[in-house]
Amino acid sequence: MSWAALLLLAGGAYLFKLVGVLAGDRFGDGILRNAIQLIPAALFCALIALQTFERDTDLVVDARVVGVAVAVVATVKRVPFVGVIVLATIATALSRLVAG
Amino acid sequence: MPPHRRDGVIFGAAVGLVAITFGVLATTAGLSLAKTMAMSLLVFTGASQFAAVGVIDGGGSPIAAVGSGLLLGARNAFYGMRLSPLLARVGGWRVPSSQLVIDESTAFAVNQEDERSALDAFYATGLSVFVFWNLGTLAGVQLGAIVGEPETWGLDAAFPASFVALLGPQIATAPGKVAAVAGAAIAIGAVPLTPAGAPILLAALGVIPALLLRRPDRST
Repeated sequence: MSWAALLLLAGGAYLFKLVGVLAGDRFGDGILRNAIQLIPAALFCALIALQTFERDTDLVVDARVVGVAVAVVATVKRVPFVGVIVLATIATALSRLVAG
Repeated sequence: MPPHRRDGVIFGAAVGLVAITFGVLATTAGLSLAKTMAMSLLVFTGASQFAAVGVIDGGGSPIAAVGSGLLLGARNAFYGMRLSPLLARVGGWRVPSSQLVIDESTAFAVNQEDERSALDAFYATGLSVFVFWNLGTLAGVQLGAIVGEPETWGLDAAFPASFVALLGPQIATAPGKVAAVAGAAIAIGAVPLTPAGAPILLAALGVIPALLLRRPDRST
């Protein structure tokens, strides 16, 4: 990857962030603002789903499902944030060990 | 130290472990130390970096690598819009601060009850991820294959698990629940049909059915 390509990617990635930050507070109180308020719910849940089932451009079921299921139970049981991550990684690693 | 700051810093350290993988992959794909570090410092969006390096490693063109990386970074524009009223509070500092607008910092910021805590959580998480992401990248390049596969340690589940733990306040309202379910369904449905990076952007359409319900209450 050339320096030119790398800097193009870096500049573009930063511009996405900056444009959002600079433009976002100009939407007032309309429906667009309500939509933006709901963006984290939609995107975070989608991230969870994708990071659990996506491998390259396919959907697969593997040991990650066990880890994420453990995370859901731990979160419902009000386990602290760091505990949720530790339990989920251990559960995933053990599942892989057992499944070979 | 307030809990949101402590958790944000620890989260950054966990993300740093994932960056080790990035360092290893970038080296495998033939990137020099300088270029690999430049990516983590300047692109600073894990998903974009993995996508770009994946394309290069697969023999794709630099144009394809940049395109794929940008597609995965585009969601940060949505996060920027969400954080815009918050970052307006720091005046001109929002221009450099924009570099810290990523999944993790957004998640911690939007979960806080008041703007002061939200800003604090944004910077604590963003800066922690920035420092550990770059340290992890450096470690990955230097240590290389010694570290082994991150999958062995279950680290690929750490990211979705942490967002499970962070999702709660976002789905406390009925519109939040609808947006979450719709977003995930759209993203999963889009995986076989669209290039990498598109499903997460399409997930934003999940807010449309949610808007048909009542107006959300959260204001931070």
